[in-house]
Amino acid sequence: MSFVSQFKSLASEKTRDLRHRSVIRTALRSYEVVRDKRKAAFQSWESARQAAAETKWEAINHLDEHLVALTAKLEARGTKVHWASNGAQAREIISQILRDKKARSIIKSKAMTSEEIHLNHALEKEGYTVVESDLGEFIVQLRHEAPYHIVFPSMHLTRGEIKDLFQKELGDAPSDSPEDLTMVARRVMRQKYLTADVGFTGGNFAIAETGMISITENEGNARLTAALPKTMITLMGIEKVLPRFADLALFLPMLATAGAGQPMTCYNTMYSGPRQPGECDGPEEWHVVLLDNRRTELLANAEQRDSLHCIRCGACLNVCPIFRNVGGHTYGTTYSGPVGAVITPHLRGLQDWKHLSNASTLCGGCTEACPVKIDLHHHLLQNRRNASTSEPAFFEKLAYQTFAIVANEPAFWSLAKKIGWLTQPLQSLVKGTALDPAKAWTKTRELPPQPLESFKDWWKNRK
Amino acid sequence: MKNEEIILSEREKILGRIREALKVSAPLPGSHSEVAAHATTESPASHAREWLPSVGASGAEQFDLFAKNCADLKADFQLLNNREELPAALQKIAAAEKWSRIASHDGELSNFASVSLGLPVLLTDKGYDVQEMEKCDAGISECDALIAQTGGVVVTNRSAGGRALSVLPPHHIVLARREQLVADLPAAFALLQQKYADNYPSMISFITGPSRTGDIERILVLGAHGPKKLTILCF
Ligand code: SF4
Repeated sequence: MSFVSQFKSLASEKTRDLRHRSVIRTALRSYEVVRDKRKAAFQSWESARQAAAETKWEAINHLDEHLVALTAKLEARGTKVHWASNGAQAREIISQILRDKKARSIIKSKAMTSEEIHLNHALEKEGYTVVESDLGEFIVQLRHEAPYHIVFPSMHLTRGEIKDLFQKELGDAPSDSPEDLTMVARRVMRQKYLTADVGFTGGNFAIAETGMISITENEGNARLTAALPKTMITLMGIEKVLPRFADLALFLPMLATAGAGQPMTCYNTMYSGPRQPGECDGPEEWHVVLLDNRRTELLANAEQRDSLHCIRCGACLNVCPIFRNVGGHTYGTTYSGPVGAVITPHLRGLQDWKHLSNASTLCGGCTEACPVKIDLHHHLLQNRRNASTSEPAFFEKLAYQTFAIVANEPAFWSLAKKIGWLTQPLQSLVKGTALDPAKAWTKTRELPPQPLESFKDWWKNRK
Repeated sequence: MKNEEIILSEREKILGRIREALKVSAPLPGSHSEVAAHATTESPASHAREWLPSVGASGAEQFDLFAKNCADLKADFQLLNNREELPAALQKIAAAEKWSRIASHDGELSNFASVSLGLPVLLTDKGYDVQEMEKCDAGISECDALIAQTGGVVVTNRSAGGRALSVLPPHHIVLARREQLVADLPAAFALLQQKYADNYPSMISFITGPSRTGDIERILVLGAHGPKKLTILCF
């Protein structure tokens, strides 16, 4: 099945699924309320957004200099920096480290880049034990599923389903209370931290000035992942840089506010090296893998370059009427929602993924929600334009050309009007069926009846 | 040798693609909105203080704000009158939670506090056994700063006994002096820059409340992987 037909069939299934609707509604009900409260606490959220956008602009438009500075600082303190042009290279670099370290088990904290390169699958095939430590990621891992949302991976599941899952997979689920279930995961994970050979993390920001990688999380799982195993690996997109250490004073609260309506995420931790002389714990080795994976192609598109400013807060997903109706898995992509619809065509091919840019009401809610002011809904339009210029759809083109001829010629137009009026009763017989030429539209809508007298006739005949 | 070459060439390839891409310049942010993009030579974020949530001007107001933020975060904040009240405050928690052993680190305040409890103490400074730390009931550490604006605590592996002490035991006790309270996030970053300049500890962590998750139906649960409780004792 092609990506587009898969999207269409899943979307129509999910929009009719009342259970799915109610779960997503519950999950997002309080989000907008608490987020707006936190935004209102800012003295000026709008100025903060503008400054964040300008800071990211500066970072991305001098990306080469910042990456050079970042790696020099990181390497000066003993961190090993690797560069990967694509997913296969990144996977090979990581496998090589695991082979060198003779590692068996890996504890992971949340990293969307690892989903992007399908790392877990590759490592499991090579026989490694990989455990996701973020609770939401752990739950979807047990279900052999992709994360539903870039920030809330398991938001599509109810406590009852999670209880059944834990009972089946772990044989331990005292009740369906979120508290009890979280404690089950805590117990399971504790020993894994203490015994894992390698800790794996993503990165939220990379500070060029000081050579640090900043990781944002609520659970403390990334803190433990970066503290206990002997080797640490961090995989991060090249676009994550910020120029200065102090820029975090703006970005950390903005990420927390936009993403989850929190004043600050519970742990924001900046790492600048493996264990240094005189320090009592931490990994002996730290490997940072910088991933391109077609981000440079997006960079080359000046019009949409700002989509690399994304800090993956998830705000645009939360407010998107499409996301809320079709759900995260329907996209079939690592990054879903508006930002996924914008960047996936660049990362994975325009013709295969252009349908995501069509699945939009262009309400602009995403652009308004974005803390770094990415012009998301205009980018969706640009994707549509680029897709139809590079490969026009034959029937669409034909339809518009015919329309132009008919609409430009009064005689044709009145003939078309007459035909339309005469055939109108037939439409109700075939409405929404395969025989209906306007099926895609009339399936869920009523075609308004064509009046006997058109406006033009009325104007002509008026007294 | 061969591996080195591949690594180097990938680096050059990626940097090359970036430089090629950046030959065309991108529109300045905000060009689609009412707020005009202002060209500036200083850091756009350098005025963050004027936009972030406001903090009171006086020290007392800032302590009130810190206390209020801690309450919202479900962290326990106790403002003591002097250092001598510290042992009693700790004893009370230790008795209530029936502590039998604690983890801490070598520091003027942390030594004073942990010795006063009279319990077995695991010190992290010279290296330690993580399995042993896992059995401790609490981790007691000093800190670099408290932040009024967020109710947060700043620790580093240098100031707070390593990377694990503040996250592995189920209860994290932070010891702080009143003068360690800073107004806002920009002040906290300025303090770190001034204190560590070119020799940053390899880990700096902004801790804002006890560990939490909302991954099950977005319902808040404390103590996901890190400590279930965070207590800040300040005098
Ligand atoms: S595009 Fe903006 S709103 Fe969407 S995830 Fe990225 S930063 Fe957040």
